[in-house]
Parts: sequence; C-alpha cells; structure tokens
Amino acid sequence: MNDLPTAPDPSEGALLSVRGVDVGYRTGRRSHVTAVHDVSFDLHPGQSMALVGESGCGKTTLGLGLLRLLPRAGVVPKGEILFRRKDGTRVDVRTLEKERLRRFRWNEAAMVFQGAMNAFNPVLRIEDHFVDTFRAHEGGRRRPRKEIVERSAELLEMVRLDPSRVLRSFPHELSGGMRQRSLIALALALEPQLIILDEPTTALDLLTQRSIVERLAELREELRFSMIFITHDLGLAAELADRVGTMYAGRLIETGTTGDIFYRSRHPYTTALINSVPPVVGDLHVPESLPGGPPSLTSLPPGCSFAPRCSLAIADCTTGRPSLDVLTPRGEGLSHAAACLRATDAELHAEGVSRD
Amino acid sequence: MIDRTFDSTTSRAPIDGPPGADPSARGAVEDRIRAEPPVLALKGARQIFKTPRGEVPAVAGVDLEVRPGEVLCLVGESGCGKTTTARMAAALSEPTSGSVLYRGKDVSEMDRKERAAFRRSVQYIHQDPYASLNPVRTVYSTVSAGLRRHKLVKDAKEARRATIELLERVDLTPAEDYLDKYPHQMSGGQRQRVAVARALAMNPEVIIADESTSMLDVSIRVSLLNTLGRLRDELGVGFLFITHDLAVAKYFAWRGEIAVMYLGKVVEQGATPKVVNDPRHPYTKALISAVCEPDPDLARNKERVRLRSADIPDLTDLPPGCDFHPRCPIYVEGDCDAVRPPLERAHDRSLACHVVTRE
Repeated sequence: MNDLPTAPDPSEGALLSVRGVDVGYRTGRRSHVTAVHDVSFDLHPGQSMALVGESGCGKTTLGLGLLRLLPRAGVVPKGEILFRRKDGTRVDVRTLEKERLRRFRWNEAAMVFQGAMNAFNPVLRIEDHFVDTFRAHEGGRRRPRKEIVERSAELLEMVRLDPSRVLRSFPHELSGGMRQRSLIALALALEPQLIILDEPTTALDLLTQRSIVERLAELREELRFSMIFITHDLGLAAELADRVGTMYAGRLIETGTTGDIFYRSRHPYTTALINSVPPVVGDLHVPESLPGGPPSLTSLPPGCSFAPRCSLAIADCTTGRPSLDVLTPRGEGLSHAAACLRATDAELHAEGVSRD
Repeated sequence: MIDRTFDSTTSRAPIDGPPGADPSARGAVEDRIRAEPPVLALKGARQIFKTPRGEVPAVAGVDLEVRPGEVLCLVGESGCGKTTTARMAAALSEPTSGSVLYRGKDVSEMDRKERAAFRRSVQYIHQDPYASLNPVRTVYSTVSAGLRRHKLVKDAKEARRATIELLERVDLTPAEDYLDKYPHQMSGGQRQRVAVARALAMNPEVIIADESTSMLDVSIRVSLLNTLGRLRDELGVGFLFITHDLAVAKYFAWRGEIAVMYLGKVVEQGATPKVVNDPRHPYTKALISAVCEPDPDLARNKERVRLRSADIPDLTDLPPGCDFHPRCPIYVEGDCDAVRPPLERAHDRSLACHVVTRE
C-alpha cells in the first residue's frame, strides 16, 4: 500500500522528497498548534543539508517529524515524506504503519539526538546499546552476541574510539565528546542512507567539536550517506553542509547551496543571522543585532512572519505571505529559493545586503 | 546609591561597535590601563579540591587584574578552571593559597562592613537565566531585592522607580510591562537582561559574567553584549568575562585583554587583537584554528593545527613539565617534558611556552 511505483517526476533520484509537510502538536482536547508549516524539499543521495534558525523555529520538530519520532502529542497531519529505500522502492514515511515504521527507522534513516548525555540509557553499558539496536532490527535470524560486539567495535573504531575501553563503559564514564561519537557510531550501525543530526556539536568543547566535525565529513565521504543536520551554529553549517535551509516561525524561508546562503542570501532573516556571527580570524567585524524574537506559533502575524522584525519590510509584507520562489534554478534540489517579496529587488541586493 | 542617573535616550542609542576599532583610541586605552589601578586582582590564586582520587588543582596559581571600564576575558575549554577562578574572584569560594584583592585589600581579611561593600560592588551574572532567577518572584521583586536589603531605597515607591530605571538600562522597555512578570513569562534573552539589571542595581564596579551569553540565540547574544558594552563604556564597569566562544570574546574584549587558560593555568595573555589574530602559544593556535567559521570558503581553506593527542590529561595526574606537551605539535623533547614553562613576557604578551618564547 505504501510502496509507490517509481514514477518519473521532479523528485526522481531524490533519496528523500518532502512535500507540503505540516507538523503540529496537540495542546489540549480541541486545541492544536502547527509548529512546522508546508515544508517541501528534495534531498539527493550524498547531500548534506543544514537546517538553521533561532530556537523555536521548528528545526527540531521538522527533524523529528521526518522520522515520526515526535513525542506523543506530535502529529504530521499533512504532506508526503517520500523515502527511497535501499531496495529502490519508495515509501511515504507519514503513512507507514507501526511495525514497518519501526523497521524503517535505523535501517534506512537514523537519528543522532541532541544532548548525547540524555540519549543513552544510563544503566546500560555502551555495548548493550549496540546489542539492543542490532537485535531490534534483525529480521528473524538471531545474531550471536559475539558477532554483534565485534561489529560494534568496528563502528567505534570508525569514530576513533577505543572499543576495549568504551564498550564496557557506562555512559557516565565517558566524556561528552566520547558519548557524542558513540552515538554517531550507533547511528551508523545499520548503514542507513540518511542520518539526521540534531545539534551534533552543541555543548562540546572547541577541540572536541573540531574532531567530530572532521570525522563526520570523512565518514560521509567513505560511506556516502546523506545528512540533515539541525544547528544554530552557522559556522558548523558553513563547514559541513552542501546546502542550507533557513527556518523561521515553522517555515522554510530560504534554501540554497552553502555559497548562496552565506554569500548571496536574499532573505533578510538569513542575512541578519549571518551578520550576527562574525568570523574569529581577521579584523573586528561588528556583528549586527537582530532585535526581538520569533513570533509565537499560536499568533503568527499576518503576511510574512518576519515582517515585524525586518528592516526592509514594506506595506505589502504585512498583507500577503510570500511563497518560496526559485531565484536560481539548479538540479538536484540545489536551487536557490527565498520567500521574500523583496528577494528580487535588484537595487537592494546590488548594494550588497549580503556580506563582503 | 542609584545616583549615576542617566537619561534613557542616550542609553538606548545604538552603538556602532566598540570604539576601540580605531588605532588612536587603542593607544589611549593602553595609557589608561597603566594609569588606573585594578579594582579587583587575583594574586597567585590557587584552588585545590580534595577528592577521593587525590587532589585536583582546579586553578594552579593565576594572577589577574580587572580595571574600571576594561574587560578581561577568560577563555578555555571546560574544566580548565575558568569558573573556579570567577568564583574566587567573587569571593564565593576562598582560594587554597594566594589572595583576592579588592582595591588593594585582601578580601579574606576584610571586616564585616568592608565585606558588605565588596559584595555590593562585585556582582556575578550566571550562565543560565532559567536557573538563576527565582521562579516565584516577579521581575520587580528580583531586581529590587538588593536595593531593599541594603537599604538603598527609602520606600516601595522609590524602589519601583529605581527598578524601572534599571530595566530601561538593560533595554527591557516599556519597563512597566515587565515589572510584574514572572520568569516563565519571558524568553531566555529577557531573563538574562533581568539578571543583568539585578547585578546593576548594586551599582557595581566589577561584573563577573560567567558564560552569560552562551545560552542565548545568536541574534539576542549581540544585543546583550552591546548592552554590557554600554555599561563598560558609560558607567566604567570593569568586566571579568568568561566564555568559551572566541567570537564573543573577540567582540566584547576587543579593547581589553584575553587570558587563555589550560588546566588551571594561564598559558597566554595579552591584548585581544594580538592574541586572536596572531596567537603564539600552540594551545591558543589550536583553539583559534578549531573554530567553525561562518564563511564556507574561509572554513574550507583555514589552516588547522593538528594536535598530537585529543585527550586532556587528568588533573589528578598531570604530566611532568608543560601540561600541554603530550598534545603539543611543537614540543621539544628534553625541555617541554622536564620543566614547566613560567608565564613570561614575550612577543608583547605573557606566554608560558619554552619553544615560542625562544623565537
């Protein structure tokens, strides 16, 4: 029922094709808040996409929604999440029933959760986490524990950890960086095609962060998986991503290649975010502040959600909601698109709203 | 006590970045550094924690000085002793040896009255505004608590007026709207501003800010830093500013100094532009090269320092010689693993490295 024939369409070849997805939370018997609105994008094999934005913009909700890992109150009421499985068939993750969804997760797409501290069960050794994961996803044949432990050791070596020390440890015996790496190893266990990483390096020290960023980039080269990572650290996005999507108030408001976003951003929110974090090397760039905060999801302003904070807003911005229009068409989901009425305002962008 | 009144129009004027950007101002600042005596100083301060596994020298002797209107920024990885240093500076913990001097007087030898004055003029802003504000107190109650406690206001009316003034100072406007709010009704950025207002209520000479901007979104971080920058420039508040974020350190302390800590010791200290743009200690170099730059081309072409080991040595079992030598890419056998390098003047700054100071 969920196996759709691979029909020729624009998302042909895409690993993940998200169409008009809403994600919401039930907040009461009859009340409901939509945290992510109408998100569409195609992710092609091997791509690495960063979702950036302030806290409360719906990044994590979207990430969780894609794998339907939302808490109990979360729902994905609308849209399609088409995923091409390893065997070439396509499934809509949104409508997968329970058992098939369980098998889909980790085999096809895995998640590295925010806060490595809390993602492990504190009373299980790292080894047991691996055994549990393998056992939960093996079809029928029960693999001997020894075989699983050997495979786990290989995985830990891939993330540059010493298996003899880590496997027998409890999570609290490892440092933050080691836990984060173990978590990445666990995500790679079943060779998924897609890994979603939620704030993978937040709360880690600079040098630890650097080693994880480098290892992730190398692993992606080796194993050719796709990545979606959620971050508020624009530096991380600049380094690890091929393409970036900016989210604001639950919507994707600009997408493009890393170059588009960092050098030629057309949405004033993206520009403001980038200008608020100057590089460390070189002379003093004065960061610009972006006053205010994202609007409440229950009372979004009419028109463009960013208009009340936007320095370029005009009267039209408060009446109609701009759609995510393609500015520079490219294949493989790499088009530069922005949802801003003034995105094509030649005069505005000639002056160099973007950096440099 | 709130005699340094200000008019709210100037306090809200946008700041076009730190004025120190131009070189002539820089010279002036350096003159002032020499002229002004430090308000708060740590002399050979050492903090050793006794644990079942042995003694942990969390801070192994640091000398730091905070001057009025100047910023001293402490950077380093977690566990390097930044917060312990800050706690000693605020007299929240007593150094195992060494001393903390406030206006030249040892804090541990102060009498009751002097200590009260010290407590008022050195204020601490914590990292987490979700934990540092009492959830059952309104903003008014939190901010005015110190004013009332120290009898700096006569009556409730005056307390309210003073609180409004303080809230305006930290850009929580219109202040009347915030007075009766509880912490849960505000965002992280607003809460942190309340924490700043509470510190300001005591009219401090020194603010110790321990990772005060790390929990905030980038957009809010800049505006809070600008608010703090105004306190520094207009009220002459001295800052001991602790952060692990080098971009924040660079921006906020551009006219001041950065001290880089590693395993409880300062390894490099000097004027911020020099330390950030021309780091000399191999550890500082590694830190600066490890930053993820928000610029794809720069990020891809940046030269990275490769360390020999990723593991930080255990504080209970430090290596002989230089603490950094097991990881150091330029270590020299026979020197670095034998003698601990002292912090000495070299290349216009203080450095603790055998190899670099020789150059």
